[in-house]
Amino acid sequence: MIENRRSWALRDRLGFYACWAAGLALCAIAAAVAIYMLVKGVSELRPAMLFERPSDGVDQRGQGGLLDPIAGSLLVTTIGIAIALPLGVGVALWLVEYARPFWLARLVESGVEVIAGTPSIVLAVFGLILFSESFLSVLSFKPEGADTAFGRSFLIAGAMMSLIALPLIVGATREGLNAIPGHVREASYALGKTKAATIRRVLLPTVRPNIAAGTALGMGRIIGDTAIIVILLGATARLQPLEDVFGPAGPLRGTGSTLTSFVYNNSPAGEGGAFEKAYAAAFVLLLIVVVLNLVVARIAGGAARQGGR
Amino acid sequence: MSTEQQHETLVPPPPPVRRIVIDDPPTIVPAPRGGATAAGGTAPTASFQRTERADAAGVERMRTHALSIAYGGKPAVKAVDLPVRQGEVLALIGPSGCGKTTLLRSLNRLTELTATASREGRITLDGGDVDELEVTELRRRVSMVFQQPNPFPMSIFDNVAYALREQGSKRPRKAELMEPVEDALRRAGLWDEVGTTLDHPALRLSGGQQQRLCIARALAARPEVLLMDEPCSALDPKSTARIEELILQLRDEVAVVIVTHNLQQAYRIADHVAFMWLGELEEYGPVEQIFGAAHSQRTLDYVSGAFG
Repeated sequence: MIENRRSWALRDRLGFYACWAAGLALCAIAAAVAIYMLVKGVSELRPAMLFERPSDGVDQRGQGGLLDPIAGSLLVTTIGIAIALPLGVGVALWLVEYARPFWLARLVESGVEVIAGTPSIVLAVFGLILFSESFLSVLSFKPEGADTAFGRSFLIAGAMMSLIALPLIVGATREGLNAIPGHVREASYALGKTKAATIRRVLLPTVRPNIAAGTALGMGRIIGDTAIIVILLGATARLQPLEDVFGPAGPLRGTGSTLTSFVYNNSPAGEGGAFEKAYAAAFVLLLIVVVLNLVVARIAGGAARQGGR
Repeated sequence: MSTEQQHETLVPPPPPVRRIVIDDPPTIVPAPRGGATAAGGTAPTASFQRTERADAAGVERMRTHALSIAYGGKPAVKAVDLPVRQGEVLALIGPSGCGKTTLLRSLNRLTELTATASREGRITLDGGDVDELEVTELRRRVSMVFQQPNPFPMSIFDNVAYALREQGSKRPRKAELMEPVEDALRRAGLWDEVGTTLDHPALRLSGGQQQRLCIARALAARPEVLLMDEPCSALDPKSTARIEELILQLRDEVAVVIVTHNLQQAYRIADHVAFMWLGELEEYGPVEQIFGAAHSQRTLDYVSGAFG
């Protein structure tokens, strides 16, 4: 460093050291979490757990593994992203490339912000009320004799989860689109291309890394959310497919659990009682998040190979 | 040059002035040493000599008829009549904000992308009103190169093939487009540099190569008119010289309209020059007239560097 800090005012030197300390503290915390989870996870996780179903019922102290929660986490994330990705990219495109009339654009912007700011437990309760309406019973089922739907299923949990990922995807895509200079769009128009063609062949490929980043963030949020799972997925340890004429849709309309609800259930706060399995599940959850991020980064690589922006 | 001397006494310290010696035939004085000039300050490409053309004015391809354009009611271009001829380079010069770029962009109706822009008067392409053409068709025939090199984030090949392919599609396939793509790259003088690396990302090229790629991209669809909005202002002198050379080679097959702040550039490459002043076409004529014997005092002052 060229400047000698000894000439700084005491106040500035203190500030400088505080910044250093904050950075180091963050590293320490992150390392502590990672190492603790790694040690606990490795010592508690048996490979067989990945392929064993958990005990049927709440109590997990006996035999049983993590197969259903793992499948549940992946299923909910897939449904959530499958809804949020096209919706989020579409909203971002509309906001940046069209956004007329103006008042509607402001309304949509505010809507996205409100969703982003809503705690997931509130979304969950709202979802339960909404999807208990009997005309939406196709997403779960209608108990005999009841006049409301059950309101809990993978489809319902996934649908509400998509709202968690949506603002992140909209935000990232929008940021990417805003960063594309106007003359790039004009260059495409000046070659006789329509707006639709420009969006498809120039804008979307350009913002692919942004979309991937938003999707990765959204997946992380979905896979880590517990409130919506506990309320809207039933949090039954095993997948409980709905046995009906819909066949393959059975599991989607049935209940189940995810790794987060499994961890919650087996933590001291829950009723599962198998603390060691909670550690194992948390460890698997972290691994899945890391792998998903790598996969998304790889998918986004296509645009990066073309030099990005 | 009394106005110039006046100007210098009015504004101390005297601005660096680019002088065009007025005699016959016109010659150009080397660029001023030190200090940016009103004309943009791009370093001169001294080795480059103006090539005189033997034949006179070519076939008229485009013409504006009393064209006026306003942004939100504020006029930017006022009642301009201007012909664009095949086989020649037309340079639009004038101070900043005088409507050059607006006039250029109106020729392929890019001004319509600005919500507040309104237009009066007609623009014709080969005698037909451009409003009667599908706008995508018009822009294929009247293409444009921009100030900033702006290749798309795709391969070199795909950039050039972009205009040749169907809207939003990757068809026709690569093999069928190889010939026109190579042809466009050759015409843009880029083939020797990128012929073996067509699948490389276009954004890895140097700035000058990117701009020539943009020219190739614009040429691929065989336009009749090529609009260029200060195509060299973001480039170094060497790349500028390449592009000027290229423009001179292109003028036989395509009518070129170029906006430039660089008077020397206009002098080097233009056959006709239009001097714009506050939205009006102050003077239009052969390059020798504008730089050598301008009819209007304002043109005279501008090209001799008295203001800008």
